[in-house]
Amino acid sequence: MSKRKFGLALTMVLAAGTILGACGTEKAKNNEGTGSKQGAKENNFSIAMITDTNGVDDKSFNQSAWKGIQEFAKENNLEKGDGGYDYLESKGDADFEPNLNRLVRRDFDLVYGIGYLLKDAMEIIADQHPDTMFGLVDEIADSPNVVSIMFKEQEGAFLAGAAAALMTKTDKIGFAGGMQIPVIERFQAGFVAGVAAVNPDIKVDVQYTGDFGKAELGKAVANRMYSSGVDIIFHAAGATGNGVFSEAKERKSADKNASVWVIGVDSDQYAEGQVGDENITLTSMLKRVDVAVKNISELARDGKFPGGEVKTYGLAEDGMALTDSHGAIPDDVLAKVDEFAKKIADGEIVVPEYPTK
Amino acid sequence: MSNRFVNILVPIISIILGLLVGAAVMWFSGYNPVMGYIALWNGIFGDMYSIGETIRQISPYILAGLAVAFAFRSGLFNIGVEGQLIVGWFAAAYVGMAFELPKFIHLPLALIAAALAGALWGLIPGILKATLHVHEVIVTIMMNYIALHTVNALIKAVSEGGYKTERIHPTASLRSDFLSNLTDFSTLHYGIFVALAMVAVMWFILEKTKTGFELKSVGFNDHASQYAGMNVKKNIILSMVVSGAFAGLGGAMEALGTFGNMVTRGGFTGIGFDGIAVALLGANTPLGVIFGASLFGSLKYGAGNMPNEAGVPVEIVSIVIALIIFFVASGYIIRVLLSKMKKKKEAK
Repeated sequence: MSKRKFGLALTMVLAAGTILGACGTEKAKNNEGTGSKQGAKENNFSIAMITDTNGVDDKSFNQSAWKGIQEFAKENNLEKGDGGYDYLESKGDADFEPNLNRLVRRDFDLVYGIGYLLKDAMEIIADQHPDTMFGLVDEIADSPNVVSIMFKEQEGAFLAGAAAALMTKTDKIGFAGGMQIPVIERFQAGFVAGVAAVNPDIKVDVQYTGDFGKAELGKAVANRMYSSGVDIIFHAAGATGNGVFSEAKERKSADKNASVWVIGVDSDQYAEGQVGDENITLTSMLKRVDVAVKNISELARDGKFPGGEVKTYGLAEDGMALTDSHGAIPDDVLAKVDEFAKKIADGEIVVPEYPTK
Repeated sequence: MSNRFVNILVPIISIILGLLVGAAVMWFSGYNPVMGYIALWNGIFGDMYSIGETIRQISPYILAGLAVAFAFRSGLFNIGVEGQLIVGWFAAAYVGMAFELPKFIHLPLALIAAALAGALWGLIPGILKATLHVHEVIVTIMMNYIALHTVNALIKAVSEGGYKTERIHPTASLRSDFLSNLTDFSTLHYGIFVALAMVAVMWFILEKTKTGFELKSVGFNDHASQYAGMNVKKNIILSMVVSGAFAGLGGAMEALGTFGNMVTRGGFTGIGFDGIAVALLGANTPLGVIFGASLFGSLKYGAGNMPNEAGVPVEIVSIVIALIIFFVASGYIIRVLLSKMKKKKEAK
């Protein structure tokens, strides 16, 4: 009896396997179908991106890159999906290579990798697929079909530093970084230089949390800084920076007259700083990944893809900017900040790339 | 119903239940579950590339699962697999990068270095447990953090301030052109054979040696073992060391096979923690670990295709995968239900 049931179970498993297997082949056929359809509308230029491990809605540079792709798609009448535009999120670093491969296999013309972590994976995949164009943000790749997109974060951070130095009342300013890597050190170097350009006597308290995803660490650092008399903190720490915001907001809601400010990073973080009627976001330093992504996409569409080159976006290329302060920064201060911006764009001020040790 | 039949029926029912509840989740979130599961299937078995990547994903899971299972057989709960894997990863990456040796020395050396590093990381909680009765769960959890941040600092030191180690020399690499070509340029590497060899090693130690008998005996009852004249302290330490060595080898898979270097990490890899589930799914037996790791590895890798092919967002995919594993893990409930049904029948 039991043997017969065992046999029945085995048969069922086999049957299920066959049915599922059939699904697989059917789908494969469908894929071929769409593949040939794609060939028919070859004139469309298609782009896609994969995120690093922070996801596409990270309120930071992944989101900004996706925004750039969406804008490009809108202007060129692309549809989401094969032959148009799309994105894939990576959950861990083992996903980078397979995700890049998936997009290459779907025949996207230009594939972006957002973040320095993707460098190794991108070089490997780019060498295997020399006919596909790739763009890498925040790192320099060594392949002829990859354009490396770099930013002069130090220039934007310089403006943030100048604004902070002009606004501080306690002459103490804080910098909360994520992991201590070259990109974030450029933020630090520019910020410290910007503060010093206004007033060399102001003390900048530099702290690294060692993580981009732990808000509680950001909160602890902010707590320490505000308690020691710092009144403005610039964070370059991704989601860890959300903790800086929550600490500032708590202090503001406890005491309406408390002078605590946060300078946001990568995208406009004004909405993060809302406390009732007040807002503790002084301004945000924008890293215009969207501008860069759109720009490179346009070049590639027109057959002028700068493969193997390093494209650097700073103030002069509209790759950096401070957002509207919604009245938090008075006009005379803004005028002074704009003056710095002009001098940097003209090359009159060269902002250091590395922090002085 | 025979025991054997139940043993096969339970996991099948669990997987089907998991798939059904997962389908419901997709359905209610407005996505087509059939498309989703086809995408999952294609993501795992769709073509040679996917199969290669799936096997690649399974290799570290097998080793992490073995590490947890081995300690568990001696009654120890090794939560520190994650940290042991991280130090193993670094040791292998460092040996692979720093030395220039012929392949038949270099590769084994890098693997041994990883195993030793992992073993050392297991030795400390082992000694503390055996001599001072400090609970290994606490020590191993803390050792994870020590591993993570120590390794981050070491990466910085060996790369002169950078955030990643240089790539390993090809002589230390587990990657092979043969496997790569076979699977259409996937990152499949020889690591799977290392993992399977370790499965055989664990089975041999536990089932065929006196040491293995002692280890299991300590796991069943350490007082009785002591009374029987076994050296309980030695066995506890040994168990943690071997467990750590398995975990360290899991790190070597990542260092010598998948990545070829190590990058400063903000958080854990998760492989070590998943290893706990893999071991428990596999009932802490060497063969069971292979099945647990295969399930985990395939689902984890195949899931990546669901946003790609079916447009299901990553968050929903995570819920679906978690549900499938949840039901497989709660196979005990199904077992109880089955035996109740059986009793009812008998009563009639």
